[in-house]
Amino acid sequence: MTPTFPLLSRLLHWTMAVLILAMLFVGVAMVSSLADYSRLVVIHRPLGILLLVLVAIRLINRLLSPPPPLPSAMPTLLKVVAHASHWLLYGLMFALPLVGWGMLSAGGYPIPLIGSFHLPPILPHDKALYAILRPAHTILAYLLFLTFLAHLGAALTHALVFKDGVFRSMVKR
Amino acid sequence: MPSPNPYSFSNLTRPASLARLGGIGAMVLALAAAFAGTAGWFSPSRLGPDAMIDRFEDVNGEHPGFRRNHAKGVCLTGSFESNGNAARLSTAPVFAPGRTPVIGRFALAGGMPMMADGPAAVRSLALEFQMADGQQWRTGMNDIPVFPMKDPQAFYEQLATGKRDPKTGKPDPAAMQAFLLAHPETAKALDLIKAQPFSSGFANATYNSLNAFLLVDSAGEKHPVRWSMVAVDAFAPEPADKPADKNYLFDALAARVKQGPVQWHLMLTLGQSGDPTSDSTLPWPADREKVDAGLLSVAALQGEDGGACRDVNFDPLVLPWGIVGSDDPLLSARSGAYSESFTRREGEAKPPSAVQPRTGG
Repeated sequence: MTPTFPLLSRLLHWTMAVLILAMLFVGVAMVSSLADYSRLVVIHRPLGILLLVLVAIRLINRLLSPPPPLPSAMPTLLKVVAHASHWLLYGLMFALPLVGWGMLSAGGYPIPLIGSFHLPPILPHDKALYAILRPAHTILAYLLFLTFLAHLGAALTHALVFKDGVFRSMVKR
Repeated sequence: MPSPNPYSFSNLTRPASLARLGGIGAMVLALAAAFAGTAGWFSPSRLGPDAMIDRFEDVNGEHPGFRRNHAKGVCLTGSFESNGNAARLSTAPVFAPGRTPVIGRFALAGGMPMMADGPAAVRSLALEFQMADGQQWRTGMNDIPVFPMKDPQAFYEQLATGKRDPKTGKPDPAAMQAFLLAHPETAKALDLIKAQPFSSGFANATYNSLNAFLLVDSAGEKHPVRWSMVAVDAFAPEPADKPADKNYLFDALAARVKQGPVQWHLMLTLGQSGDPTSDSTLPWPADREKVDAGLLSVAALQGEDGGACRDVNFDPLVLPWGIVGSDDPLLSARSGAYSESFTRREGEAKPPSAVQPRTGG
């Protein structure tokens, strides 16, 4: 049986799983509805920054306490796909909030979070940058959702078909 | 173990495995469908920012690089001198006594960037107050007393009535008649708008927020408000004969600014309980308390091409802590639609603006 993830890793994983899924749904609802736009955008901004903080903690935690190895019986190709998809997930978890922050900076927007507290711009107010980053934010969000679906499908396949302890390592002690 | 190698083809193709893989696939697809549903793929009648801006482009034609509404305009720079009178009503730093730099834009309502100035177009004043702590307050105001439509759906439907008939070159009057029959609130609002005489220019016009907001004081108490920029320059009615020059309003403004700062009082009209905050077509009673919060001075104009206002989205919900949006559905709609217009135009080449005020001298 594969050893399990440490408690902190599991906590970060499941907390972020719920928040990222919520964030993706908030994002697509927000940009498709004039009625809901304003109440969703005030959730989207601070939640995005919270996720950026969480993924930074998570990366440090991952480097300090590496995940358990995949089962040795797993075919090499599956292992490569598993590792690549995890680094893609990490890349997107960093990229989405950073591109969001950068795009608001390039659009000349203030970035209020809570109360009068707001973030400084990380890029200059620049039309051309905004025109690249705003669509990039959408494309990356769809890519994250697709990667999430693949991750979910793979996790359930480990749990229900392979029964190799990989899923168990993220849910049990 | 049912199978010695769980990753083998023979394990994956067992009936039990296939059933489970099918179940997993169905679950993933269901989640994807929920996502698509949330994104509005299955609800074509949901009014989103895309559809609203598409309609502007449909009615006005495509004018890449320009705002889809209030397309013809000029940038301004100036400052706001707060007298501190409104500090009891809102914690926003802009209301503490002192000076706040302001950039902004004068414009004509409508999506035609090269339209001729004329008495029929609503004039607008958009401002961005740049507070020392980095907070901003953006507001777009019009020189009409109430807004003609009460919600985004009505606005969307009304826009279509402005589409020109290719045969006559004019909108079909029957379309507007039908709209007014279905929207008596718009007919009433238009009566109020027509009853108020338009001023002769940008400098002596009074601009109104139209939508309601809430001021939040240091105790957390909320005060419904509508604000206005009330001109210091004396009111003069529009001339009987419209000048022939297609930029006569903007040229007169530029000439006026050269003589010295043009000023407006920021007047906060405080609503009482029962005053409608969710319906911009309805005026508030005339006797409501008004607080003079300070003086806006417009010191200079710049053409949009080199001006700071061009790449600013005057989203009415960019607000400092101490001002919040009301329950008016137009606010969320403006915010969402402006964002879409901004994203489209920032990705397009910027043709020269119709208004090019000569700087200096």
